[in-house]
Amino acid sequence: MGMIKAHNLVFEYIRRDEEGNVESINRAIDNVNIDVTKGDFVAILGANGSGKSTMAKHINAILTPTEGTVWVNGMDTKNEEKLWEIRQTAGMVFQNPDNQIIATVVEEDVGFGAENLGVPTEEIWTRVEESLKAAGMLEYRHHSPNKLSGGQKQRVAIAGIMAMKPECIVLDEPTAMLDPIGRKEVLQTIKELNKKEKVTVLLITHYMEEVIHADKVIVMDQGKVVMQGTPREIFSKVDELKQYCLAVPQVTELAYELSKKGFAIPKGILTVKELVEAINSIA
Amino acid sequence: MIRDITIGQYYPADSILHRLDPRVKLAGTIIYIISLFMFHNYYGYILAVIFLFSMIQISKVPMKFIVKGLKAIIPLLLFAVIFNLFLTPGTLVFQLGFIKITEEGIKTTVFMGIRLVFLILGSSLMTFTTTPNHLTDGLERLMGPLRKIKVPVHEISMMMSIALRFIPILMEETDKIMKAQMARGADFESGGLIKRARSLIPLLVPLFVSAFRRANDLAMAMEARCYRGGEGRTKMKPLKYRTRDMLAYLVLIIYVAAIFLLNSYIA
Amino acid sequence: MSSIIVDQLNYVYSPGTAYEKHALKDINLVINDGEYIGLIGHTGSGKSTLIQHLNGLIKATAGTIYYNGEDIYDKNYNMKGLRSKVGLVFQYPEHQLFETTVYKDVSFGPKNLGLEQLEIDLRTYEAVKMVGLGDDILDASPFELSGGQKRRVAIAGVLAMKPEVLILDEPTAGLDPKGRDEILEQIAKLHRDSKITIILVSHSMEDVAKYADRLIVMNKGGIVYNGMPHEVFVHYKELEKIGLAAPQVTYVMNELNNMGFSVNPSVTTVEEATEEVVRALSQTYTSRRKIKND
Repeated sequence: MGMIKAHNLVFEYIRRDEEGNVESINRAIDNVNIDVTKGDFVAILGANGSGKSTMAKHINAILTPTEGTVWVNGMDTKNEEKLWEIRQTAGMVFQNPDNQIIATVVEEDVGFGAENLGVPTEEIWTRVEESLKAAGMLEYRHHSPNKLSGGQKQRVAIAGIMAMKPECIVLDEPTAMLDPIGRKEVLQTIKELNKKEKVTVLLITHYMEEVIHADKVIVMDQGKVVMQGTPREIFSKVDELKQYCLAVPQVTELAYELSKKGFAIPKGILTVKELVEAINSIA
Repeated sequence: MIRDITIGQYYPADSILHRLDPRVKLAGTIIYIISLFMFHNYYGYILAVIFLFSMIQISKVPMKFIVKGLKAIIPLLLFAVIFNLFLTPGTLVFQLGFIKITEEGIKTTVFMGIRLVFLILGSSLMTFTTTPNHLTDGLERLMGPLRKIKVPVHEISMMMSIALRFIPILMEETDKIMKAQMARGADFESGGLIKRARSLIPLLVPLFVSAFRRANDLAMAMEARCYRGGEGRTKMKPLKYRTRDMLAYLVLIIYVAAIFLLNSYIA
Repeated sequence: MSSIIVDQLNYVYSPGTAYEKHALKDINLVINDGEYIGLIGHTGSGKSTLIQHLNGLIKATAGTIYYNGEDIYDKNYNMKGLRSKVGLVFQYPEHQLFETTVYKDVSFGPKNLGLEQLEIDLRTYEAVKMVGLGDDILDASPFELSGGQKRRVAIAGVLAMKPEVLILDEPTAGLDPKGRDEILEQIAKLHRDSKITIILVSHSMEDVAKYADRLIVMNKGGIVYNGMPHEVFVHYKELEKIGLAAPQVTYVMNELNNMGFSVNPSVTTVEEATEEVVRALSQTYTSRRKIKND
């Protein structure tokens, strides 16, 4: 069994009026099946309202399924006895960098999760130091989070999760509010954690550029999984992606336009280098 | 503007005062404040001044920074001073119409002014040298015995530290919303009291909405990091008294003794 | 003929304190009527500070701004009038919504201008239409709309002031690609149909390359480049040093150019690039055929 597994997952937001009668039902997740292998870097892509964030909240047991089941490392998220173990196993980073930092000093914030788990003081210090180093934020340990850039704040949040020694990190649009530099920093950190610390990563985003290094990409639309595959497989279907309100990077689009004009450019070009080589080889 | 208020801020520096246990600093501040109200003569204040200024010296917080904090309370200070100056009965010194200034009035005013100024300086020195988290930790420990009578000590201190973390963020947000509404022609500065109060609605509604959204997000983030109240929690920085804290307590005892000596021998 | 002239503008934050920061240094700038300007620079480069000067929300420490030839720091200058003529849409503008209905929120600006009820109504309807929303939304609560709709309502709130210049600070932040394209198309339409001068602050080089006539690049409180998109993106190496980049296709074109393909390296959009590559490839085909034939 994989690190994260969802089987026939359905989630409905139910709105009730004052008497408790059902006013409207909004099916945010509609019969989703996914399986994330341990150690993988998996990206979930989707437009706003595609259900990708609702999906993320299921993995951390913030939400529990209306129908179907989600397992995190074999634990059913509906099992309340395992709640804290599930949250420790699958750490979660959220979108707004300001609204997830609790303490007024960086290192104290990184220690927060470990404190909640009842980790002995000395070990908290080692963990805080290791996680800050892994996130490249060690030199800022005594700083106030208010003085950091958005990207740095997100790295502090990631370090805070790492200090809980999770097997898996779920990141719910961690770069949506950042500038390009911040986005790059955060993505670099995520990639390194996946490679060096062997943490399973589930990255939720609508930036296509961020998923080209993933092992696997899942595309969601209107609560359903509509595409699954390697980045190359996904990016070769430019028209289909546009249909789900997603936009491919300029190079992918340029390659696609050229191949439409009859040039023998391979499908699913991901980088500048690949495209330049492809053009050179047919010249 | 709002950014200029320095009261309650932390000033990062490396000094003995910064490293002291927050409980010592809390106790010291309380004793200092009480002492300000115990003096009956000017000698006492000389002692208080010497004490405070040596502490400021030790703290490495620039004097300029501390004095700036006073600016914010000038209106309050003036109010208290004027109130005392005009309304204290006693030997008449000066009279203009219904305004009477008495000898006692002047004396009380001077004492009041000095007390307020030093009270602010003393307590802001504590916040300058203690991180908010440290401060709440100290309070949590000092209030610890209250837990026996079902006071939610941990929760109170957690709320305080979160409030301290979000004050600067909300201030910045206030500034931003204000500007955004001004860009739509809103006027926060002119008009009578009622008009001004009404003009705050476009500021307060978005601010509350945002505060609730942040609270919601933060609660989720805390739960995701396994927060479940104070039980079973360990501390990254548990409070432990060290030699320097004992020495600091000794200094405090000497200070208290000096006050008693002053009050009983030089009256 | 409206225009903005920024003359030797300087701004220093909290002077004389520990937080003192020289946010704008000797800014000189002319913005002509009807231009579409892309303002770029990484966070902290001073672009947000600059745009807040343009409608008088921040007063410069030194230097001045002329709007339509009048010094806006003049004692008798009508600052409120300026704010209605130079509309400013802040980042995440939906966070400033406060009224119970969309109608009331959008009409907040015109009401503050002291207009007649009829004119207020007219402007409100028009503004909502200009951002591509239907009349049926006017009675809805702004808090119950989707993220993209909220943002449009907030932009309509500024448009209802009938600005001659519209400044938008990252209007697409946090939106998905479709929402982003819709907003940008709507802005382009405003620029085209209503002849509003647009200043778009953006982090996306692809977006400014696609829409703006002129780019202004800021770094450390100063202007480093000021010119047409292809003129600016020629300096992509320098742009990288200040935390920016050129659009992806500019890199492709430069690489190809270095390899000996005769493509224009200053191309910035996918359409232009496709044309260039097609042209270059057919050239090589014909020249090779020539060599063979010779």
